[in-house]
This record gives sequence, C-alpha cells and structure tokens, in this order.
Amino acid sequence: MATIHPLPSGTRDVLPDEMRELRAVTAALLDVFTREGYGEVSTPALEHQEVLQRGGGAQPAYRVMDDHGQVLALRPDMTVPIARLAATRYADEEPPLRFCYLADVYRGARPHRGQMREFLQAGVELVGAPSPEGTAEVLRVLCAALDATGLAGYRLGVGDAALYPSLLETFAVPAQARETLLRDLVDRDFVGLERELGRLDLPGDARETLATVPSLRGGIEVLDGRPGTESLRRVHDLLEPAVAQRVLFDLGLTRDLGYYTGAVFEVYDPALGEPLGGGGRYDELLGRFGRPLPAVGFALGVDKLHIALAGEERAR
Amino acid sequence: MTPVRPLTVAVPRGALLTQTLDLLDRLGIETAQVRSNDRRLLFEEVGIVTMRPSDVPTYVEAGAADLGITGKDVLTEQAERDFYELLDLGYGGCSMVLATIGGPDPSAEALRRLGVVRVATKYPKTAAAHFERTGRQAEIVEVKGSVELAPLTGLVEAIVDLTATGTTLRENNLIIREELFHSTARLIANPVAHKLRAAEIDDIVAALR
Repeated sequence: MATIHPLPSGTRDVLPDEMRELRAVTAALLDVFTREGYGEVSTPALEHQEVLQRGGGAQPAYRVMDDHGQVLALRPDMTVPIARLAATRYADEEPPLRFCYLADVYRGARPHRGQMREFLQAGVELVGAPSPEGTAEVLRVLCAALDATGLAGYRLGVGDAALYPSLLETFAVPAQARETLLRDLVDRDFVGLERELGRLDLPGDARETLATVPSLRGGIEVLDGRPGTESLRRVHDLLEPAVAQRVLFDLGLTRDLGYYTGAVFEVYDPALGEPLGGGGRYDELLGRFGRPLPAVGFALGVDKLHIALAGEERAR
Repeated sequence: MTPVRPLTVAVPRGALLTQTLDLLDRLGIETAQVRSNDRRLLFEEVGIVTMRPSDVPTYVEAGAADLGITGKDVLTEQAERDFYELLDLGYGGCSMVLATIGGPDPSAEALRRLGVVRVATKYPKTAAAHFERTGRQAEIVEVKGSVELAPLTGLVEAIVDLTATGTTLRENNLIIREELFHSTARLIANPVAHKLRAAEIDDIVAALR
C-alpha cells in the first residue's frame, strides 16, 4: 500500500495526460494574446501585503513573514500585481500598454471541481485605453482567445458595476440601505433585495426600477430606455457582429472584486455550472499606484475552461 | 445554441414535496409520475430530480439542476454556496429557534457560571453565527438524529432547530427561548442557467409571483 503524503487543501497534482490538454489550451490562449499585441509578463507569486491591500482586489488567503519581518501574501489575482508593474516599470511610457499572463493565483475558495485554492489563470490587461474602445478591444480579444481553444457554446455576460450604485444615488437611498442592497445584489439574493426595498420609503417607480433592474438580461434591447446604460451601448456599437452575438447584457451583473468601475463581464458556457472567467474596467486602480490611467482586463480559469471544453466534447 | 432539454428542477422530498409538486402542476410540469413513485429519483422526461432538501443547493450550484426549491433554513446553513435566490414561495413556513428544557433557563446559567453554553443542532453554521452575533460563547455539538434528545440527556444545555408547530418540542418538555428567523420555501437558480436560459427562468418566476 502506498504511503499517504497529503497535499495542502485546495491544491492538486497534474499528470501528463491532463497536462498535455492544459498546455494545448494555454498555448492557444497565449498565441492569440501575443498576436493581438499583448506582451507576456511574469510577477512574483509573493507580494507585500500592503501592495495587495492598496489594490483592493480579492482578499489574500495565504500570508507569510519573511526574514525581515515583512508581511507577504500570495497574490489572489494578477490584476493588482500588473497594475503595480505598469505604474512602476512603465511610469513614463506612452499608453496604451498591453500585457498578458499565465499564472497561478491563490484564494481561500472552497475547493471544488474547477476551483482549487491554487489555480491557473490566463488573461490580459489593457492599460491606458478608456471606454468604449478599450472595452470593445478586450471583448474582441476574449472571443478570439475562446474561439482559438475550440470552445463553441459560450456567451459573454456584460454589465456595468457603476449602474446599480448610480441608481441608488439617483433615488437618494439612505447610505445604510445602499450597503444592504449592494450586498444582496452581490450575494444574488433577490428575495432579500425586495424585502429591503419594501422597507424603504421610496416612490413606487423607484422601487420598481431597483427591484427589476437586477434581473434584466438579454440582447441590446434591455438597454432601451434605461438611464445609465449609455456607455454599454457605446461599447456594443463598436463590437463586430461575431462578438456582439456572443454578448448577453446583464444589468444585475456584479463582480465581487472591489476595483471595478465600469463595464464588467463574465464568460458562461452551458457545459459548466459556473463562469469560466470574467473581468471589467478598473479605471481607478492604476492611480492607487501613482499612475492614473484607465484600464480593462479579463482572466480565464484554465481548469474551468478545460472542463467546459471536455463537457462540450462529450455533448457532441 | 437553442436549448433542447427542459429546465431541470431539484425538488425536495419530505415536508415540502406535496406543495412543491402542486406548484409545478401550476407551471404545467407533469408531476403524476413523481407523486405515484416514491422510490424513483430522476424524472428526466419532465425535468424533475428529487432529493433531500439539504442536497438541493449542491445540485443547483454545480449546474446538475438549473432550478431548485428548498427551505430558507437550508440556504442559510449553506450560505457559502453560489446560487440566485429568486423567489419566496411562501409555503413550508417554520421557525429556526433556540430551545431549552422548561423552568429556569439552563443555557443562561451555563453562560453565567461556566462561560460557555453547549448547543446541539443539525445547523452548526447557523447556530454558531447566531451565538457570535449575540456575543455569547457556545460549543456547537453537531448531531444527525433527534436533536430534542440532546438536552434531555445532559449532552447540551440548548438546541437550535427548526420547528413548524412546536409540538415535538412541547412533547419533550422543551420551550422556545429565542427565534432566529422565519423560514419558507425558496426558488433558487444556478448562476449560469440564470443567464443562458434567462427567458425560460423569467417565465417561471413571473408565473409563480
């Protein structure tokens, strides 16, 4: 009988058959990224905790103290390290700057199929390209990359992280209730959201808008007559038909990372019960590192993408 | 990209079953097979899969079912799972309560003299969160069977459990000290199905409202 040498929770070994398939997926992705002018970068797996906190992304799950007593943390995503890299190594470079990466990131997730605590992400960051052009470019690259892997049935959910907060502002919802409503939205708890709205003293049409907007999703028509969606429409106007037909507007879409400021997106495939990846605009993140530039990017979970590809193959 | 199979609904067996099937009848889903056969679990032709209520979030989160119906008690206990909570269906009303043996409150005495109250429950996360929220130290004892037995035998001073009528509690000389929350049946959806099959899911939500 083999001796038991357990792995840390949320980590796993990859053996040659799977590794070959993963390589094929990542090679296809990186090929598209570099062809589109995104230069591959690598950053340390460990960052100063202070840098990650400044970025305001996902909470780091693993921290260590180095021999100088500095608190370091394993990066929970690549967006914040690349924002740091762009602001420091390219302090005077003329934007736009295009970066791509293939890197392991670390989160305190509950491990399940496709989601380990150490997991491989492939993605791009486009720095210094404002909306709508920058957003449209990144959506085009995202589609090209997914197409190159052979994924067929995917759709891109596109929403706006600023939309619901701006509605709460417009209707002058009290600060404490705003927090509750945004929490319910992120938690996808529509029952809680409606209950909270029922408690508030709001005009009927305000309550109606705040209750219905989170479940509005579909084609470009869902933006019709919706104030605050003009920037999404401008992005849509720039999309080629092949990309536009993949897009599914979703006015309730939120991402739980703190740095998103505008358009946000997620990748869905019928072969997997959770998004394969996502991204969005983070126009204020670079400024926190001293070089205020608008930026947009996405990250794909390589394991999730691989599972979806295998699932589509089985369904064929 | 047109979906070919019907939406799969995870249906809870047990106390919520009959009213859930009545609800599905209203949606035009054929439930006669489910009603007449309590051994079969999967009714693929009508898109129904039956299971323990506490398994419903597991199937819905993973996308093995597109929609699911289960109690708020289950959702609260499994809050870390990812799903849309779309609708309060109103039926299956019951309360999550803290109960002890009648007379002077033994949980208060344990807290005062020993600093920690022992609490038996099938809902360890719900119970732990309640005691944390209220600033009291508790040792949570997870049991699988009849929770009422635990305080009667001296295993614990209190229990956190679900009760609809309170009859079982009363029969065991237990009295309700606190109500944590009221629970009803909820409609939940897988996050990807909620996007890719939006129209079908919205039709169901509209019909059930």
